[in-house]
Amino acid sequence: MSDIKKIKDEYLNKLDKDQNIESINQIKTELFGKNGIVSNEFKMLGSVSQEERKKFASDLNFIKEELQNKITSKIEEIETKEINLKLENEKVDVTLPERDFKQGKIHPVSQVIDEISSIFSEIGFSVEEGPDVENEYNNFSALNTPDNHPARDMHDTFYLDEKKELLLRTHTSPVQVRTMLKGKPPFKIIAPGRTYRSDSDQTHAPMFHQVEGLHIDKDINMGHLKGCLNYFIKEFFEVDKLKMRFRPSHFPFTEPSAEVDIGYEIKDGKIIIGEGDKWLEILGCGMVHPNVLKNVNVDPSKFQGYAFGIGIDRLGMLKYGINDLRAFFETDYRWLSHFGFDPLDVPSSYRGLSR
Amino acid sequence: MKFTIDWLKQHLDTDLNDKEIINNLTNVGLEVESFENAPSELDDFIVAKIINAQQHPNADRLRVCDVDIGKSETVKVVCGAPNAKKGLFTVYAGPGAIIPKNQMKLSISKIRGVTSYGMLCSEAELKLSDDSEGITELSEKYKEKIGKKYFDSKTPKVVDLSITPNRPDCLGVRGIARDLAAAGIGSLKKIKDSKLNQNFDQDLKVTIKKEKKQGCTIFGSCLIRGVSNKESPQWLKDKIVSLGQKPISAIVDITNYVMIDLNRPLHAYDADKVSKEIIVRNSKKGETFEALDNKKYSLDDDMCVISDHSGVLGLGGIIGGTRSGTELETKNILLESAYFLPRSIRKTSKLLNIDTDAKFRFERGIDPKSIEAGLIKAADLIKEVCGGEVSKFDIQRLEEEKINKVKFEISLFEKITGFKIEKKEIIKIISNLGFKINENKESLDLEIPSWRPDITQPIDIVEEIVRIKGYEHIQTLTPEKSRLKPTLNRQQKLFHFLQRSVASKGFFETVTWSFTDSKINNLFKEKYNEIKIVNPISSDLNVLRNSIFPNLIFYLKKNIDRGFKDLSFFEIGPVFSGIKPGEQLTVIGALQAGKYFRLNWQETERNVDVFDAKRDTIQTIVEAGFSKNKLIIKDQAPSYYHPGKSGSVFLSTEEDKPIAFFGEIHPNIVKKLDIKTDALIGFEIYLDFFKETKKKLKDQKSQFEYSDYQKSERDFAFVIDKKIKAQDLIDIIVSIDKDLIKNVKVFDVYEGENIPKDKKSIALNVTVQSSEKTLTEKDLEKINNLIISTVESKSGAKIRS
Repeated sequence: MSDIKKIKDEYLNKLDKDQNIESINQIKTELFGKNGIVSNEFKMLGSVSQEERKKFASDLNFIKEELQNKITSKIEEIETKEINLKLENEKVDVTLPERDFKQGKIHPVSQVIDEISSIFSEIGFSVEEGPDVENEYNNFSALNTPDNHPARDMHDTFYLDEKKELLLRTHTSPVQVRTMLKGKPPFKIIAPGRTYRSDSDQTHAPMFHQVEGLHIDKDINMGHLKGCLNYFIKEFFEVDKLKMRFRPSHFPFTEPSAEVDIGYEIKDGKIIIGEGDKWLEILGCGMVHPNVLKNVNVDPSKFQGYAFGIGIDRLGMLKYGINDLRAFFETDYRWLSHFGFDPLDVPSSYRGLSR
Repeated sequence: MKFTIDWLKQHLDTDLNDKEIINNLTNVGLEVESFENAPSELDDFIVAKIINAQQHPNADRLRVCDVDIGKSETVKVVCGAPNAKKGLFTVYAGPGAIIPKNQMKLSISKIRGVTSYGMLCSEAELKLSDDSEGITELSEKYKEKIGKKYFDSKTPKVVDLSITPNRPDCLGVRGIARDLAAAGIGSLKKIKDSKLNQNFDQDLKVTIKKEKKQGCTIFGSCLIRGVSNKESPQWLKDKIVSLGQKPISAIVDITNYVMIDLNRPLHAYDADKVSKEIIVRNSKKGETFEALDNKKYSLDDDMCVISDHSGVLGLGGIIGGTRSGTELETKNILLESAYFLPRSIRKTSKLLNIDTDAKFRFERGIDPKSIEAGLIKAADLIKEVCGGEVSKFDIQRLEEEKINKVKFEISLFEKITGFKIEKKEIIKIISNLGFKINENKESLDLEIPSWRPDITQPIDIVEEIVRIKGYEHIQTLTPEKSRLKPTLNRQQKLFHFLQRSVASKGFFETVTWSFTDSKINNLFKEKYNEIKIVNPISSDLNVLRNSIFPNLIFYLKKNIDRGFKDLSFFEIGPVFSGIKPGEQLTVIGALQAGKYFRLNWQETERNVDVFDAKRDTIQTIVEAGFSKNKLIIKDQAPSYYHPGKSGSVFLSTEEDKPIAFFGEIHPNIVKKLDIKTDALIGFEIYLDFFKETKKKLKDQKSQFEYSDYQKSERDFAFVIDKKIKAQDLIDIIVSIDKDLIKNVKVFDVYEGENIPKDKKSIALNVTVQSSEKTLTEKDLEKINNLIISTVESKSGAKIRS
C-alpha cells in the first residue's frame, strides 16, 4: 500500500513540473494504460485478503481519482495557455472600418403621414383614399362649388381635357364625396394623399399633400371639431400646452367654416410651437355644408358633422424645421439623408411618434 | 380689399384703437393680410455709409464710392460731391428711386466709364434744405440705421383684408363697418341726407332689351350737365393713392371712391359721345370695341354690352370703352349705376380674360338696392368738385327684385355649434347685421338684407351668429375613442409594410411629381397611352407618369451629376394607366446605381447587377408574407430592362399578371439619358396585383411543424444544355419527392474549360430529411440515384464525375 502512495506522490510531483501535453499523455499511459501502474494494482485486487480488500480498493480508487483530476486539469491548463498564445497572434486592428451597411430612409412626408394616421387611429378614425385624377363633379360641384362660383378661382387646377371635366384633384375633399356616396353614415375617416395646383414658387409646389378629415354622425358639433383638432395638434407637435384659435372663414363645402391658427414663437432662430404671441395658420375646417350632404345622399336633418383639411408637407416643415417646400420633391441625396427617417422608426402611440 | 382706418371711421363710430380694430376684423372673419404704411416714393431713400471712396480713373472731380446699404454686399456709386469720403453716413437712393427735387428717376448708368448703381443725395435733392454743396451728412447716431428708410413713413396705415368670396358686402368700407358694428365694436353711422337739387329729367333714353340670357336686370342713371372735370382735390387723391391706385381725374376718381366706399361700382360716360340712346343688350359674335385698358376686344354671342346707335360702348359691369370715356374736357356726363348678374359677368370675363375691380364685385353679387345710394353719393361729390346740374334719376328694371326670406329654428344654433346663447342676443346680432326679424316662439322669420347674396338657408344664419358672437365660445370636447372600423385596410397595410421593407434594404425613399416629361416617359410607358395635361406648369412636366421610373431616373442622374456614385432610390406611389379617375396603379419603383462595394479594404469591388435587384425584389415579397418557394420567376420584362438580364415575378403559375419586375436597366436608356454610372439596376412591385396571402400570419404561426430525424446533405454537379434554366433543374429535383427533399440550393455555375461550348455545369446542394424516420444509408443511396437518373432523363443532363 505504501508503495502506491509513494508512486502517487512521485507522479503528482512529476505532473506539477511537466508543461508538455505529450509527456502528460505519456504519464497517463504509464498510470492507466493496459499495463499501467494503477491498472495493474487493480488487477491485484483479487489477491488481497478479504479483510484488507475493502480498504485497499477504497484507497486505490481515491488515488486513481486524484491522479486523473490532476492530469485533466493539467491538460486544460496547458491547452488554455496554448489557445491564449494563439489568439494573441491573431489580434486584428479593430479600428479598421466595419463592413458596409446600406442605411435606407423613409421620406419625411411618409413619416408625417404615418404620424398623422397613428394619432387619428387612437381616436377611432380609419384611412380612406381616392384617385389622383378626379372628375369636375367630385372635386367641385358636389362640394357646393358650382361652375360659376368665384371660389374656383382660388384653386389653380390642372386639367386633362379641354372640356375641363377631368382634372388632378386640387384637394383631398373629393374623398369625402366618394366615401359618403359608397357608404352609409356614420363616417369617421381621414384621407391623406397627393393634391395638385398649377402654381409654383418658394412656398407653393404644383404637387403637395393634404389630409382630409370627416366625422359625420347624429350629433357631431363644432365642439367635437375643436376637441379633435386640439387633440391632434397637441399630439402631433408633442407639446403639453397649445394655444389654438378658431377664426371665421369661408369654404364652399363647410358652414360655419373656420381657419385654425396655433401660437408660436421664434427662439434662437427656431420655431417653437404651442406658446408665444404669434399666430400661424395651420388648417381649414368647418361643419359639412348641408348641400354637400344632400349631394351624397345623406339627410342633413338627421346627420351632421365636421370636415377639415390640413397641409401635410407644411406640418412636416414646422415639426422638423424644414425651410423649403420644393426640396421635398427634388430627390437630393443629401437632403433625403438628412431629413429622412430610419425605416425602423414606425410612429405609434405606445412607442411615441418620434424619438 | 384695402382701406385706411380713417376711412372706416367715416362709417363707424368707435373708441377702439387701431390694434383693437384689427383684432376684431380677424375675429369676425375678415382676415387681415397686412396693416402697413402705404408705400411711398420716399421709401427708396436709405441710410448708408461710405466704406471706401477712390478717385474716379477718368474724372478729376468724381469719386467712386463703395457704399454699405445694409445688404451683404456694398454697391458702387459714382459721386461728384467734395464731401464724399470714407466713413461718412449719408442718404442713398437706388435705381428706380425718384429724386424729390427734379422728379428724375434714377437708373443704373455709366459715368465716364464706371458703372454707378444709384446716387448719394444732397439735402437740396431731398428737398430738405437749399444746401446743394455736398451730399447729406448724417451723425454717428445713424450707425444702427444703415439699410433702413431715411424718411419716417408719413403715409397712412392701410388695412389689407382678404375677403372670402361669400362676402361681397365687405368689398366696401361701409360693409366692413356694418360687420364690426354688429360685433359690438361701435355703431354704424347714418348716411347723411342728400341735398341734391334734381330739377330736370334724365332725357337720354335707356332701354334694357328683354332677351334670353340678358345679363343686366336694373340700369339706374342720371345726367350731370356742365361739369368741369379736373384733377382730384388732395383728400380724394390721398384716398386713391392709399388704395395703391393712380389718381386719374375727379370724375373717374369719384366713381372709384364710391365703389370702395359703398361697394357700388359706377361708370361715367361722356354723354356727348353717346349716339342718341343707351341700349343694354346681348352682343353678337364678331362685334368689337376698344376698352379702357386700351385693348380691342372681339365679342362672342350673348355677352352683356352697353351700346348706342353706333355700336358697343362697353361691357356691362366689367369695363367701359374708350369711345365714350370721360376726359378733362368732358362737359356732360351720364352716370351709370346698374345691376349685372354674377353668372353673366363671370362667363364673359373668363372668355375674354378681363379682370377689373368692378367685375370682381359684380361676379360676387352687388347689393341691387344700392343703385340710388351710389348715384346720390357720386352725384353729390361730382357736383361739389366739378360743379354742374344733376338730373332726376332714371331707373330701368326688367324685374322687381325679390326679398329673400329664411325661417330659422333657434335650436339649430346649439345643435351645430354645441353651445347656447340667449334668443335675445341672437336677435340683437342678426338685426345689427341688417336682417328684418319676425319673432316666433321657437323660430325667427328673417328677411335677408339685399347686400347678402350668400345667405340662403338656416345654416348661413348659424354662421352669422357664431362668427359675431366669437368662435372662442365653442367648447373643446375631448375626443371619443370609438372606432367604426380598422384604421387601415389590407391594401393600405401592404403599402406601409412594403414602403418600410424596401427602405430597410438601403433605399432612400423619395417623393416626385405625379407628372413628368413626356420625352422621358416615352422610354417607360410601354403599352399605356400618354396622358397629357392641358395646362402643364412647364413643358417638361407635361404628362401624367405611366411609370415611377421617368422621374426617378431623372433625379438619379441629377445626383450622379453632383458627384454621388452609389445610389439607391425608390418611390411608392401612383402611376397612371388611363385618363379616367381610378385608372391608376400603386407601384414601387426602385433604382440602384454604381457598385456594391467600392474602395473596400476587404471585399472586391463589383458592379450592382440583376441578382442584387432580384434579391431585394424577392426578399420584399417574402417579407410581405409570401412563400419564396411558390414564387414563379420568368425571364420576361418590359423593354426598358436589359433583355438578357431581367425578369418578372408571379405569385403562382395561375397568375397572369406579374407582381414585380427586376433587372438591369436597358443600356440604350442609360446612354440616351447620359447617365454616367458603372451599372444601373431597378425593380418595380405592383401592389394592386398582390393576392391576399392564403393564410393569415396568425394561422401560419399556429402550424409549427418540424422533423427531429437526422437530415442529410449531398452535392451534385450536372452538365446541361445552356438553354436549360437553373429553376427547371430545381423543379425537377423537388418534384421527385416533395416530402423528402427539403431544400435545393445552387452553389456553383460554371462555363468554360472542360465543358462543351453549348453546355454549362450547375452544382446543387440537396437536403434530404424524412419526417417519419432516420434515413438509412440504403434509403439515401436510393434517393440519390433517383435524383441523378430523373434529372438526366428529364433534362438531358449528365452527372459530372
